[in-house]
Amino acid sequence: MKTLFKLITVCTVVLLGYGFCQAMYIAPKEATMGDVQRIFYYHLPSAWIAFLLFFVNFLASIWYLIRRSKGADALALASAEVGVMFCTIVLITGPLWARPVWGIWWTWDARLTSTLVLWLIYVSYLVLRHYAVGGQIPVLASALAIFGFLDVPIVYMAIRWFRTQHPQPVIGGGEGSGLAPAMWVAVLWNLAAFMLLAGQYIWVRYRQALTTYDLEEAHAHASLHEEPGGAR
Amino acid sequence: MSTVPGLWNITRRSLAKDLRLEWRSKDAINSMLFFALLVVVIFSFGFDPTAEESRRIAGGLLWVAILFATVVALNQTWTRELRNQVLDAYRLSPAPAQALFLSKTLGNFLFVTILELLMVPLFVVFYNLRSVGPVWQLLVVGVLATWALVVNGTFFAALSIRTRSREIMLPLILFPISIPALLAMVDATTAILTGENSPFFWIRLLAVYDLVFTSVCFVLFEMVLNAE
Amino acid sequence: MRDVVRHFGRFAALRGVTADFAPGRLYVLLGENGAGKSTLLRIIAGLLAPSRGTVSVLGSTDIASMATRFGYMGHAPLLYDEMSAMENLMYFAALYGCPERERCEEAIRTVGLDPTLERRVGQYSQGMRQRISLARAIVHSPELLFLDEPFSNVDIRSAKQMTVLLARMRDRGTTIFVVTHQAAIMEPVADECLVLDAGRLVAREKGIPARLLTPYRAEERAAMVSQSGGSQSGQGREGRPEREAER
Repeated sequence: MKTLFKLITVCTVVLLGYGFCQAMYIAPKEATMGDVQRIFYYHLPSAWIAFLLFFVNFLASIWYLIRRSKGADALALASAEVGVMFCTIVLITGPLWARPVWGIWWTWDARLTSTLVLWLIYVSYLVLRHYAVGGQIPVLASALAIFGFLDVPIVYMAIRWFRTQHPQPVIGGGEGSGLAPAMWVAVLWNLAAFMLLAGQYIWVRYRQALTTYDLEEAHAHASLHEEPGGAR
Repeated sequence: MSTVPGLWNITRRSLAKDLRLEWRSKDAINSMLFFALLVVVIFSFGFDPTAEESRRIAGGLLWVAILFATVVALNQTWTRELRNQVLDAYRLSPAPAQALFLSKTLGNFLFVTILELLMVPLFVVFYNLRSVGPVWQLLVVGVLATWALVVNGTFFAALSIRTRSREIMLPLILFPISIPALLAMVDATTAILTGENSPFFWIRLLAVYDLVFTSVCFVLFEMVLNAE
Repeated sequence: MRDVVRHFGRFAALRGVTADFAPGRLYVLLGENGAGKSTLLRIIAGLLAPSRGTVSVLGSTDIASMATRFGYMGHAPLLYDEMSAMENLMYFAALYGCPERERCEEAIRTVGLDPTLERRVGQYSQGMRQRISLARAIVHSPELLFLDEPFSNVDIRSAKQMTVLLARMRDRGTTIFVVTHQAAIMEPVADECLVLDAGRLVAREKGIPARLLTPYRAEERAAMVSQSGGSQSGQGREGRPEREAER
């Protein structure tokens, strides 16, 4: 296992490096925005991966509620945390991009705004996990996760309509505008690199969550056999 | 001997019981009404528009004010059931969990509607509001929007029973998920007040939101109720 | 129940409890505070799930489906303070599908209180509250009754009345479990007692042997024994603790 992990790490680093090259040097310069646009190659894949991870969280939560499997809960936790991380990347790269191009830090761009709402929903999920008491945390969190994910399409619909009513500057090449084929190459390489990276993070966090569970069980098991020290 | 009671029957009785208890203790309603009044007044000091602008922002202000008042009210919902651990008595009985949820949600709906009946006239007075669009549309938005806040609010209030920092947990998990509904209710209200846009997309969105989340609440409530 | 284990975090409240019970008898669960008695009762009543092990009640492991057939009286009163006794009982009876006035009035009278009393339950004395709580537990005429510390902070007279009532119910066929750390009160009426210590079942005997009776003022004990008509079950019997196997 460990050697496989190291191997994948090497692959990830290589891919990230290659993706960087693609994004920074090989992809063509964008017509209107210039080199600043290159941040897009991190902005877009992060958004896709965050969304994918939240979908994984949704499935894992449902699986947990049906089967009460610890693995499902560990996966839900891991995917939520890593998903929030990638969401944060989107939320940081967005304004970083908007400022030099448009002169403003924030626009109510469809993707950016939806990501913000997503970020809020899943941070609240993580807060609930932290503040819930007792052994039923996974049940409560899974319920919230289901609510959160079902909200996502509604959020998208709402923001899309909001933008048609209140037109705003568009970051990220908009929903409909196409990307030059050469740019797609950079996007896809970075996407692959990020997916591998996300996978690794999740793998580590997942194992850690499972180990925490096992530790709790071991403690509980041990306490079954010890004599209470005057705890009356 | 005794038959397993029906959903609507239990809902009706639980709601009647809650209303009776509320009437007797006047726990929440008095402080809530005063809180609602305070919120409206403070918002009025914070934003002082002319008649033209007021129609544009009143929708947003009103619904944010109602949102805050609702959250304070929702926290009270389950507090009564936790006193004397009387919630256990419900869990032990064969009565369906959904009936409890429905009765609490309806009770909250009534409660928030009463708050709105206080706050809306005040807003109209302070902001000299007059609606360009038809009032019946405002009523439709009001009903759908209130249900949207209350149905998720009741569910999450039940969720937050099992957490530390119960009072802060409810708004923390309720607000993010309610964002699309909030957007819809604010924009629909503004659209009707100013007459500049059609509110129908937002009304449809609210209806979809209500449908989806009411169903989810119904399905998941029993599990949350028994999560001990 | 088989090998019931319950953890709260790292604390093991129950460490593998196995026992079987016969219908129509009055069982008393004894033990010090923190021994796990309330936890066990909550698990049997279906309010709490065991971490491991199984519990079957009236032949089924799906306790929720048996809800109409058992009653539970908790440590807390499980009542609404702002309603009167009848209002409380009518509501709970409705939850069980039998909202008849006569039934509720009967239950209140059975525990020795006046059903016409309009006073809110929150203003009752502790003894009266515990009695109404018991009335709530029996209003739907359950076959099985679980009581968790029914005598806490209750005056001797109320406690005595409750034990007499429990004995009468047992005689009519109800199976009763009482969790208490005050053994002396139950001593005249108990069929069997089980002792829980730090989450384990350490003893099970007929009646309540003298050595398990908590120290009680001599006059009170004498008063209770004489009033109960001198039923001497378990007096002076020094049985060895036994692990109960399948009956």
